[in-house]
Amino acid sequence: MAEIEIKASQWRLVEVGRVVLFTHGPFTGRLAAIVEIIDHKRALVDGPSKKENASVPRQSVSLNYLIITPIVIPKLPRQAGRGAVAKAWEKEEVEQQWDESAWAKRREQREKRRNLSDFDRFKVLKLKKQARFEVRKAHAKVRAAAKSS
Amino acid sequence: MSAKQEASKTEHKTKKFGKTERKIPHHTQKAKKFYPTEDEAKPRKVRKSIHAARPRKTLQPGSILILLAGRFRGKRVVLLKHLPQGVLLVTGPFKVNGVPLRRVNARYVIATSAKVELKGIDEKVVEKVGEEGYFTRDKAENKKGEDQFFRQGEMPKKKKMNSDRANDQKAVDKALLTTIKKEPHLMDYLGSTFSLRKGDRPHEMKW
Repeated sequence: MAEIEIKASQWRLVEVGRVVLFTHGPFTGRLAAIVEIIDHKRALVDGPSKKENASVPRQSVSLNYLIITPIVIPKLPRQAGRGAVAKAWEKEEVEQQWDESAWAKRREQREKRRNLSDFDRFKVLKLKKQARFEVRKAHAKVRAAAKSS
Repeated sequence: MSAKQEASKTEHKTKKFGKTERKIPHHTQKAKKFYPTEDEAKPRKVRKSIHAARPRKTLQPGSILILLAGRFRGKRVVLLKHLPQGVLLVTGPFKVNGVPLRRVNARYVIATSAKVELKGIDEKVVEKVGEEGYFTRDKAENKKGEDQFFRQGEMPKKKKMNSDRANDQKAVDKALLTTIKKEPHLMDYLGSTFSLRKGDRPHEMKW
């Protein structure tokens, strides 16, 4: 019989130590780590962030209210207490990892754009136009050089 | 009819019936023999009173507005003054976007958070423009009469610009233009028109 290679899937899993992002409810936009899986729909989460308006109290949440992120706190023991979670959270630099991710940056930009005033929106439009013009100019130059050579 | 005559008309009379004398009330004073079967409708008392228009807080003089209705819809203009009954006095400035000194209804306007300082503006001219009748003075003369309507062959006279109005416009806009020039992009902003694009949700936008 041919050897069958069995690989772990590349999916993000709902697992203890997985960092999740709230998409519903009063903690929308905040991060927390899964501490215990209660059943197929709910998990116990804890978000010990020290930043203002970023922490999430320990609670059981429906998984429908969460998105799972690629960040995992490895080897977080099941049902770790608040202090232990906070320690692991700090050690893994979860928030730093999150802030550096493209996802977080995109979220932040979207939020910023949403809060622009009418005049600011106009300025963005104009500056984008200028940037585009410069890029195209440089590009045209490169193309012209490539043609002549 | 004087009041005195009126009184004598409704006074009772005394009449003799045999030996006795009796007062006979005037017919208007007597109890009616017939009453209407239905109550007469009385007009209701009006309990409303005229309130002074209270403009929105965002409509501060100097703020930039987006016009939503009329010939200049979509234009971004500068608010100069509140006129009575919720009317706003605005200016383009004329040189920037072609909007003259103009009265607009405060309901048909979006106030943005952008502001222009009104410092150095000729207050007297603004006062004069805000007066009643400033915009309507010349209208009556220019109105087409029946006569003119039937004389079809003639071309209508071209509207002549009142030079006073043009001068007022210039006087108001002069100081405004210098302050607008100081802020980068503001001139272009006022010159551009507002419109909704795909995916724009005006109720969720910040202004």
